[in-house]
Amino acid sequence: METGIFYILAAIILTSALMVVSLRNIFHSALMLILCFFAVAGLYITLDADFLAAVQVLIYVGAVTILMIFAVMVTHQLTGTTMRQVNEQPIPAALIIIVLFILLAIAITQTGFEVIGKFPLMPTVAAIGTALMTVYVLPFEIVSLVLLVALIGAIIIARRD
Amino acid sequence: MLELNVIFEAVHRWLEGILPQGLVTLISALGTGGIVLAFLSILALFLVWWERKVSAHMQQRLGPMRTGWHGVLQTIADGVKLVQKEDLIPSTADRPVYFWAPVICFVAAFMAYLVIPFGRGLIVQDLNIGILYIIAITTFTVVSLLMAGWGSNNKWALLGGMRSAAQIVSYEVPLTLSILGAVMLAETLSMVGIVQSQAGGFWNWLIFRQPIGFIVYYIAATAEANRTPFDIPEAEQELVAGFNVEYSGMKFAMFFLAEFVNMFTISAIAVTLFFGGWNAPHPIFNFVPSWIWFMGKSLVSVFILMWFRWTYPRIRVDQLMGFAWKFLLPLAFLNIILTGLGVLIFRN
Repeated sequence: METGIFYILAAIILTSALMVVSLRNIFHSALMLILCFFAVAGLYITLDADFLAAVQVLIYVGAVTILMIFAVMVTHQLTGTTMRQVNEQPIPAALIIIVLFILLAIAITQTGFEVIGKFPLMPTVAAIGTALMTVYVLPFEIVSLVLLVALIGAIIIARRD
Repeated sequence: MLELNVIFEAVHRWLEGILPQGLVTLISALGTGGIVLAFLSILALFLVWWERKVSAHMQQRLGPMRTGWHGVLQTIADGVKLVQKEDLIPSTADRPVYFWAPVICFVAAFMAYLVIPFGRGLIVQDLNIGILYIIAITTFTVVSLLMAGWGSNNKWALLGGMRSAAQIVSYEVPLTLSILGAVMLAETLSMVGIVQSQAGGFWNWLIFRQPIGFIVYYIAATAEANRTPFDIPEAEQELVAGFNVEYSGMKFAMFFLAEFVNMFTISAIAVTLFFGGWNAPHPIFNFVPSWIWFMGKSLVSVFILMWFRWTYPRIRVDQLMGFAWKFLLPLAFLNIILTGLGVLIFRN
């Protein structure tokens, strides 16, 4: 049952991700990205990570992709036209992608994934909150600093016009 | 005691006696889905009629009077008319996007009812991320509005869709932060847990410890549901009808239904988080079934939303954004800081 659901979700993720980069209408690409993110959230649910799934939908579907669509809509050159999906430098791009793929493959195969048996669905929210505020408080603060820098940068760029 | 969960539990036990376990799970899942869908459809029919009567009486008119007693059958007549209408699709429309927009809008509105606690034991599934799930799943509403705006290939619809995206993304931030205060006091995200933490009497309701949180939530939720004074995505005088201008027949009906379902959703969340959910105001009123308390409080809240609509004029687009980022957001942060201080001082 769970394996079947995993394969269905994986098929949706891969198909929609392929469509994101191959569709010629950029608005359709953005919608496919939403489908992809939503299917990833489904994957989290099969792994009993309910909090992560809700946050995935909230951040990626509710904020990131919506802002992308918004940018597409206010950009006049993009609306209604079909876009080329290939640019002028296929060879450097292919090289970078191959290197990235090899690195990821090494990282994934070298990591020893601990396989534990089926465990009951536990509330994950409190555990995540405690971890963020105690063990991982420094990375957490650094990430929020990076976000703050990005916000201020966006405001400065917007004010220059 | 007319608690409805007794009936559902009896039916479930009866099914378990005559059918295998897998089939019972399937039937109860489909059955609860069907019951919620039927409830929401009837509720939307009632709310559309009620909105028309409330607006009419506030403007010293009578409203619908011809179909049935005081026009109670008006929405059914409207529904029959909408079903019969030709389903127009603009020739330049982006067809798949145009088709899926109302479907996603309706499904997003419907999905929130997975975790709404209608009464004691009367909840489809008590997820332990309850309130977070509702915030997450209802973001698909804005996706559907953008799809409708884009798919129609109409400049009014596109403008309406863009306005709604900007508005909902902005107001979602204070909305989520305003809920956090209540969650900090209840110490749980589960909707049932939040209601249970307010049991015992009206002095335990979170409205008395979260007045700022409630005000921020109510304003931001009104904006999220595109209700006046925040109905800028469909401002009739400026945008004809906004994102749904090209829709007709059943597709328009789905948008319309979703709007009224969303209005009930934000009322139900307000009641659950701040007004004790299904709890009676005082233990001596416990003889009244819990679902009557929940429905009564929610409908009062819906009435207040309607009251807003016929009282306040619409605010301008630039005022709208400034209000969200410069007023509601700092207020929501202030509420979180005060709540945190309160928890620190009074719990230890």
